[in-house]
Amino acid sequence: MTIREVVKLLDAEILCGEDRLDTEIHTACGSDMMSDVLAYVKDQSVLLTGLLNPQVVRTAEMMDMLCIVFVRGKKPDAAVIELAKEKGIVLLSTDKRLFVACGILYTNGLGG
Amino acid sequence: MECIRLAYDVDGENFSSAGNASESVKRTLKQLGVSPASVRRVAIAMYEGEINMVIHAHGGRAEVEIYPDYIDIYLKDHGPGIADIDLAMKAGWSTASENIRSLGFGAGMGLPNMKNYSDEMKVDSTVGVGTTVFLRVRF
Repeated sequence: MTIREVVKLLDAEILCGEDRLDTEIHTACGSDMMSDVLAYVKDQSVLLTGLLNPQVVRTAEMMDMLCIVFVRGKKPDAAVIELAKEKGIVLLSTDKRLFVACGILYTNGLGG
Repeated sequence: MECIRLAYDVDGENFSSAGNASESVKRTLKQLGVSPASVRRVAIAMYEGEINMVIHAHGGRAEVEIYPDYIDIYLKDHGPGIADIDLAMKAGWSTASENIRSLGFGAGMGLPNMKNYSDEMKVDSTVGVGTTVFLRVRF
């Protein structure tokens, strides 16, 4: 699916990266522990998390991820959004909880 | 042998900037045409090291030597040192505070990750003096 479809499925707000919504994505992961993302993630291109600090963007960048979805209605501060813009990473925010957001994307065909 | 040398001061007081050195190395390797898979291994291994220096050792210095077929990374700090390196290498074992965990780190995966993503790793540490981690990643 495309990031645009993620936005629709999760009823998400686009925080940055509007110009990259047609990017194709195939896999995602959900975690609040960046250490585990770095340890267990292989080629996932979307990260769903409730963590808001700049290291979320940096972790995603190191893993060549394309999109971060902040769950539970969370939104990072302006500095984090700036960092994501710089790195070309799409940031989304959804009111859904981590489990629900992951479930919706999984049942709509996004792999783990 | 000819190599590209890079060096970075890792600011131990600024959690937000942790990862700057790894990002710079990642960018350099990309520009040099190193394969994306190798670039990612280097980026993750070095980033974990950088995070460790910030959360455990008040920062330090990262020195990098890029050769045609591999990269050598030296992460040097003057932090508290590691009393039992074998224990620290165990997945899931961590001395990180609750505060660090709330930032998304301190799962006890840092050193094991660095080992997994590198081809050679050596940890020299003296309690009260500091730690040097050597990483080699082949392209």
